[in-house]
Amino acid sequence: MSAPNMLIDAAIITPLLAVAGILVFARMPNIREGVSILAGVALLLINVELYNSFNDGQALTRHWVDIVPGLSLSFKIDALGLLFSLVASLLWPVTILYAIGYMRGHKEDNQTRFYVCFAVAIAAVMAIAYAENLFTLFVFYEVLSLCTYPLVTHAGTEKAKQGGRIYLGILMGTSVAFFLPAIIVTWLVAGTLDFQAGGVFPEQTGIALLSLLLVLYVFGVAKAAVMPFHRWLPAAMVAPTPVSALLHAVAVVKAGVFSLVKILVFIFGLDTLQQIPATDYLLYLAGAGVVLASLVALRQDNLKARLAYSTVSQLGYITVGALLAVESGVVGSAMHIATHAVGKITLFFCAGAILVASHKSNISEMAGLGRRMPITMIAFFIASLSIIGLPPTAGTWSKWWLLTATLETDQLVLMAVLLLSSLLNIAYLLPIPLRAFFPGAAQTNDGAVAIKEAPTASLIALCLTAGACILLFFFPNPLFELVSQIFTEGSQ
Amino acid sequence: MLSHLPILQVILPLLGAPACLILGRGKIAWLFALLVSALSFCIAAMLLHTVYHQGVISYALGGWQAPWGIEYRIDLLNAWLLLIVSGSSTVALLAAQSSINVEIAPEKQTIFFVAWLLCLAGLLGILATGDAFNVFVFLEVSSLSTYTLISLGPHRQSLWAAFRYLIMGTIGATFILIGIGLMYIMTGTLNMQDLAQRLPLASDSSTVFTAYAFILVGISLKLALFPLHLWLPNAYNHAPSIVTTFLAASATKVALYLLIRFTYTVFPSHFSQIDIPLEEIFIVLGITGVLSASVAAIYQADVKRAIAYSSVAQIGYMVVGLGIGGVLGLQATLLHVFNHALMKATLFMALAAIACRIGVTTLTSMQGLGRKMPWTSFGFVVGGLSLIGVPLTAGFISKWYLVSAAALSGRWGLVVLIMVGSLLAIVYIWRVVEALYFKPAADSTPIKEAPLAMLLALWLLVFANVYFGIDTRLPVSISAEAATALQEGRP
Repeated sequence: MSAPNMLIDAAIITPLLAVAGILVFARMPNIREGVSILAGVALLLINVELYNSFNDGQALTRHWVDIVPGLSLSFKIDALGLLFSLVASLLWPVTILYAIGYMRGHKEDNQTRFYVCFAVAIAAVMAIAYAENLFTLFVFYEVLSLCTYPLVTHAGTEKAKQGGRIYLGILMGTSVAFFLPAIIVTWLVAGTLDFQAGGVFPEQTGIALLSLLLVLYVFGVAKAAVMPFHRWLPAAMVAPTPVSALLHAVAVVKAGVFSLVKILVFIFGLDTLQQIPATDYLLYLAGAGVVLASLVALRQDNLKARLAYSTVSQLGYITVGALLAVESGVVGSAMHIATHAVGKITLFFCAGAILVASHKSNISEMAGLGRRMPITMIAFFIASLSIIGLPPTAGTWSKWWLLTATLETDQLVLMAVLLLSSLLNIAYLLPIPLRAFFPGAAQTNDGAVAIKEAPTASLIALCLTAGACILLFFFPNPLFELVSQIFTEGSQ
Repeated sequence: MLSHLPILQVILPLLGAPACLILGRGKIAWLFALLVSALSFCIAAMLLHTVYHQGVISYALGGWQAPWGIEYRIDLLNAWLLLIVSGSSTVALLAAQSSINVEIAPEKQTIFFVAWLLCLAGLLGILATGDAFNVFVFLEVSSLSTYTLISLGPHRQSLWAAFRYLIMGTIGATFILIGIGLMYIMTGTLNMQDLAQRLPLASDSSTVFTAYAFILVGISLKLALFPLHLWLPNAYNHAPSIVTTFLAASATKVALYLLIRFTYTVFPSHFSQIDIPLEEIFIVLGITGVLSASVAAIYQADVKRAIAYSSVAQIGYMVVGLGIGGVLGLQATLLHVFNHALMKATLFMALAAIACRIGVTTLTSMQGLGRKMPWTSFGFVVGGLSLIGVPLTAGFISKWYLVSAAALSGRWGLVVLIMVGSLLAIVYIWRVVEALYFKPAADSTPIKEAPLAMLLALWLLVFANVYFGIDTRLPVSISAEAATALQEGRP
């Protein structure tokens, strides 16, 4: 076994080593968080090294154990997985940095448990990203659900427990009721669960069966938050903001859409997908979800709830892109996984910063905040632009590809849907920073309370991610090159 | 010495029982019983090893050759079950002392261990022997000692539960005896191998057919196959906690073994294929048992009773596998026999630990225990996950094989029903998890974590549940070979 293959183990084990370190230094917060950040940086380096090896054309695989013949825990590096793992491991240390400011500023309890669960979640994300087959993916998908549960219920209040129950209930329920049966049927029909270029189903598989499977997968992977199984995401917003930021804007939801894209491309295959009638219906369902979630977001006054519904809507873009079943659509989806991640995590960071600094969580109370928290609000503005898809921010590129894909497949209705949703994005995001800076005459009554910017650590983190939004606009090439390899690796 | 292993397997606990009585009460009796059980386990492991590598062992008792003498015949099937039964007895005994100190009066503790060893001897005897009448004898040994064990339970209802089991169990045993008698009339032999050769010659007679029916119904009673399961929830619920742990992991498995032995080895195969649609009956009864018992489990206020109902459901899965038949179906059943022993022992062990500390196992009394008894509670959760069939636990493996077997035989409706069964399991396990972790404690009295011996036994089982969910070479290879041998050896 060569060294690069060992790196796959390292990518999964590094966050777990961090767990050990966090537990050992539980009583020394500075060292404890230092361990987390160190592990985060190490993980990023490992993933970059994997990326380099992958670009050198090495086939990287790692086989752990055969559970029964045909079912194994094994891993393989591919472009989509690298994209996901790089995004997650890039944002993990940044989030820890942010969390230091937030958790201490907010005086949260049980911080050790918080960092432990966080690290375990990242390990699960790495395993999902590099999973070679559906079984491995499923196992760690469940691990991710379970280890993020204590994070959702972190506050320990009745409301948190209620949210946690919905969270776990929907995620586990759908995965057992839809996802697992779909996997079992896939195995029985195709005889394999390995992700393969062009899909795994034999030619003569019935269209009705494939349709059924497609529906089961799309609803079974509830982490992708396809309506009507999206309720867990707003429910998860009771969690501390760093959790909402990394897990419920990046790791968990992206694990969902990543799994979905992976299944659509490598289990069904785009050619098969185009022939299944259910694809169209699901496409319209996802499109309807995009608009509906945006409309709901528009009506939320709680900032985190609004961002949550915005996430539901943006995840819909990714699902739509993959269901279009053309390469440009998948490329758009994959890029949106990355660009939405940096944008949405910035927005959540800002929401948390506002909460810590001013104890405000409702949008209606935030008018005029811009003077006291200029950096936060500027970052919010930049990230909003990225989510909307306006230059000079990263979101431009992914939306561009997605729109191209709708044109390519003559889905003009969907194109209109995506454009409409972008307009709605403007309506529910931009007023927040604008009114913060230009509150109008009546809104200057906050002078009595001294509101300052959030803790420095948090501020640095949100500047970093906001900077990334702009940086990715000017230098999208590495991202694009990686994504465009999704379809070439079959020929390697 | 080594060639006498088959008889040592049975004689050791059989002689251990009176020796235990002489040794006296308290810790010594416990240590002695544990030692005997552990030795039995070692013997079973050696037998399995020998059979796996060298094939079937035939042992003539007292040197009298079969079919006149009694033959002990160990093949992969019963070697596999010998290991399961002696293993679950050993693990349960490990925790027994701590548990019965709370539940059983000191003067009855010696009797308890004597009855336990007799029960073990009986169960191992049923498995080891190749003689139909000998089966009945050991069945009675194990049954009578089981009634004693159950009646030693802490509640007044224990006596009633033991009595009801006695009535049902005696009817079952009598049916089996009638069946064996009828076979003897027709063939003049009691040796199973001999019966297998002679029965086809007489198979047209209604007497043999009647014998078959009696034996099937008798075994189904002992097996607690739906709708003959009503004795089981009571017996399991009111027995001493640690007895339930042992019985749930072993007693019904032995009855299932008899079912397999009689349908596959003794009786001609066309019996179960043409004369009665036995395979369809098994599937229908099995899946009805799965669904109805799972629903019943959801509505129980007492967790121990709920898990007992779950046992009826799990027996349903095993019988479904038997009904699907073929190597794959049989293999699924044999895998589930093993995995179910692991998961049920885990769950009942956790409940025994809880009963040991708070005296009852009702859902309301278990509220908030997740914080007070973290190790026990988490052990229960892992056992529950295995019961549901979550990947990386043992339960997943047998479900996987069962679903594969059902699908490959073209029974897609059955696949769906098996899934529904798993979903129901989620509901009744989730109720407990919710009580353990999400409900506030009923009162703030301090509760200590379970005694060390119980935790040790529990976590041994928890570890086994996860280990055999990942490294499945041992159960899968043995069950595959045993199933193949049964299928090929079918007369």
